[in-house]
Amino acid sequence: MTIGLVHYLAVAAILFTIGVFGIFVNRKNIIVILMSIELILLAVNINLVAFSVYLHNVVGQIFAMFVLTVAAAEAAVGLAILVTFFRNRGDISVDDASMMRG
Amino acid sequence: METLVTVLVFAPIVGAAIAGLFGRRIGDVPSMAVTTGLLLLSCALSWTVFVQWTWGGLEPFTHTLMRFIHVGDFQSNWAIRIDGLSAVMLIVVTTVSALVHLYSWGYMADDPSKPRFFAYLSLFTFAMLALVTAADFMQLFLGWEGVGLASYLLIGFWFHKDTANAAAIKAFVVNRVGDFGFVLGVMTVFWAFGTIQFAEIFPLVAANADRTWEFAGQNWRLMDLACALLFVGAMGKSAQFFLHTWLPDAMEGPTPVSALIHAATMVTAGVYMVCLLSPMFEYAPVAKNIVTLIGAVTALFAATVGLTQNDIKRVIAYSTCSQLGYMFFAAGVGAYQAAMFHLFTHAFFKALLFLGAGSVIHGMHHEQDMRRYGALAKALPVTYAVMMIGTIAITGLGVPPVFGLEPLGFAGFYSKESIIHAAFSAGAENGIAYFAFVIGVLVAGLTSFYSWRLAFFTFNGHARWGHDDHAHGEAHHADDHASAAQLETHDEPVAHADDAHGHGQDHKPHESPWIMLVPLLVLSVGAIFAGGFFEGSFIGHHQEEFWRGAIFNGPDNHVMEHHEAPVWAVLAPLVAAIIGLGVAAYMYLWKEGLGARLAARGGPLYTFFYNKWFFDELYQATFVRLAKLLGDLFWKGGDQKIIDGLGPDGVSAVSYEVGRRAGKLQSGYVYHYAFVMLLGVAGILSYALWAWGR
Repeated sequence: MTIGLVHYLAVAAILFTIGVFGIFVNRKNIIVILMSIELILLAVNINLVAFSVYLHNVVGQIFAMFVLTVAAAEAAVGLAILVTFFRNRGDISVDDASMMRG
Repeated sequence: METLVTVLVFAPIVGAAIAGLFGRRIGDVPSMAVTTGLLLLSCALSWTVFVQWTWGGLEPFTHTLMRFIHVGDFQSNWAIRIDGLSAVMLIVVTTVSALVHLYSWGYMADDPSKPRFFAYLSLFTFAMLALVTAADFMQLFLGWEGVGLASYLLIGFWFHKDTANAAAIKAFVVNRVGDFGFVLGVMTVFWAFGTIQFAEIFPLVAANADRTWEFAGQNWRLMDLACALLFVGAMGKSAQFFLHTWLPDAMEGPTPVSALIHAATMVTAGVYMVCLLSPMFEYAPVAKNIVTLIGAVTALFAATVGLTQNDIKRVIAYSTCSQLGYMFFAAGVGAYQAAMFHLFTHAFFKALLFLGAGSVIHGMHHEQDMRRYGALAKALPVTYAVMMIGTIAITGLGVPPVFGLEPLGFAGFYSKESIIHAAFSAGAENGIAYFAFVIGVLVAGLTSFYSWRLAFFTFNGHARWGHDDHAHGEAHHADDHASAAQLETHDEPVAHADDAHGHGQDHKPHESPWIMLVPLLVLSVGAIFAGGFFEGSFIGHHQEEFWRGAIFNGPDNHVMEHHEAPVWAVLAPLVAAIIGLGVAAYMYLWKEGLGARLAARGGPLYTFFYNKWFFDELYQATFVRLAKLLGDLFWKGGDQKIIDGLGPDGVSAVSYEVGRRAGKLQSGYVYHYAFVMLLGVAGILSYALWAWGR
């Protein structure tokens, strides 16, 4: 069995779904949300790279590098916020982080 | 002469500006000195003008100072008109005003804001001079409102007293009713003649006498309509029946103000206006009858109320109202000269009575209730003497011209006699004039009664002060013959709280200082001699050459010509006055306490008079309540419900509600936002695919 485009796309879709569910279903921990976002971004990256190879177009891979950069920056900022949040609230449970409720 | 009258008119306003604007900087005495000094100057110049007019053959002239309002045909100028009428008014206004300024040095000695008081007094004087020298309706109206403003400021001079503020507002509001009529009258005149200059209107009146104006299916005679409307203004200013209610309350002001504004000058502006407009009123028979009727009813009404009042200033206030009624019915029957003569003499003796009452109040440490007076003749000898002179002058005691006697009496005797005489002459053809004659005689008796009651109550009998250390407001002592029924049901002015003397110190009455007594003595000279000395000029054989056209008597108006009246008609007012004097003396001298016992019994007539014919209650129940109802309707219904409800309040309520509901979407949970975002992305993608695929 050759590993074709469809397999890559399926893996990406599964990862994406796990990531989305990780955001929605998760009621515990803000770190989990950050990790889920990383998953979603990775799923996108897999898609980009897979199509890049399939279409013989290198733009997709360059774009994936950009996404990785942004993801790293995002993770850094997110974690920094998280640390501050923890210092202020003493807790990082998602259900308690609802200060913006209208 | 032009420069002289200009200085005369503008001196008071200069004084008012200096004392009013810089009073605090230059201090009390300089501001009092500058206003009083300028007023004395003005007074001296007025007498110069008057002397020139009476004996020097001064021709009437109008000195135009500058343009005031020129819009299309509407031409109004600042002008100074000098003729017989304004010459008389000039000396009345400036003399009384100068004396009142002088008197206030003593009366207001303890007041903390003397510059303000003197500035107001001078402002009033200027406005009054502008009124009497007006050559057109616009300047007349300006002076008219100016004196109204000064009156408002001075009634409310003690602005920390609630009653004074209420009285000031009442005076202003009631005068607005009159002014509304006045303005309508001026509009009617302008509409009919196309000008508001007196000198241009008067020659046109005779030709326009029969013009009518159709309105609401009725034909209105133009002159009647204009004069009746203008008279409504005079009713407001001169406190005539229906619009009189402000005058007694105006006594909340300091007593010098009552003497100047609410006795001698401002309230006579209405009479002055009717006399000034005699060329118009002569062609308005219906309006003249209205003037006569209102005047007579006012004279009767105010005199009956005056019988029962216990506040010394209120008695004199009602007396003023009643005497103004005399002047009006004199003008109404066509005897303008007699009206002006009574105005002239009344200014002297009424200012004298008011300032005398002020002297008593000053001496009694701001006690105004006559039931707490008595036996003051010894303590206040000079005041007693001048009050007696004033009382004799107002009651019109004298030797009548019957059985070949030469008439002889104090000022009020001549003028009152001439008014009643004129009403009798006119009464031969006019029933309303005859009614006025009967009322005039009756009121002469009532006047005599209340004036002598005041005199006896205050100066004779037993002392009703000093039994206790009478704290104000406590129940009256048994010696005051008071009972529950007699206690005041109306606000009486109480002594103002910040007064430096009195209260707590000794309560011995004391005579006033000389600076207050000198004006009293000068006025008593006027009250004695003004009548006899000027009778010939005002109403006697020299009246033609004295007035020189300032007053117009129609071709069939002969009231001022000398008729032989039957002896009984000539004697009637004097007999009435003597009866009044006798009854007052019986009730308050020989059977002292009888009056109080009668009052305590509180018969229906007494209650009716004591409560001023229930006019205040009537107006409260009708106009005030109606106005409040209307106001509530527009305020609560119109403004609060409709305008506010649909406008600001409605918009804010809607946006608040929308915001509250939209706010519920903001749960604060990140996963809710993310979920909505995902849905949104899915929705947009679906649409994009669908749109792309088409």
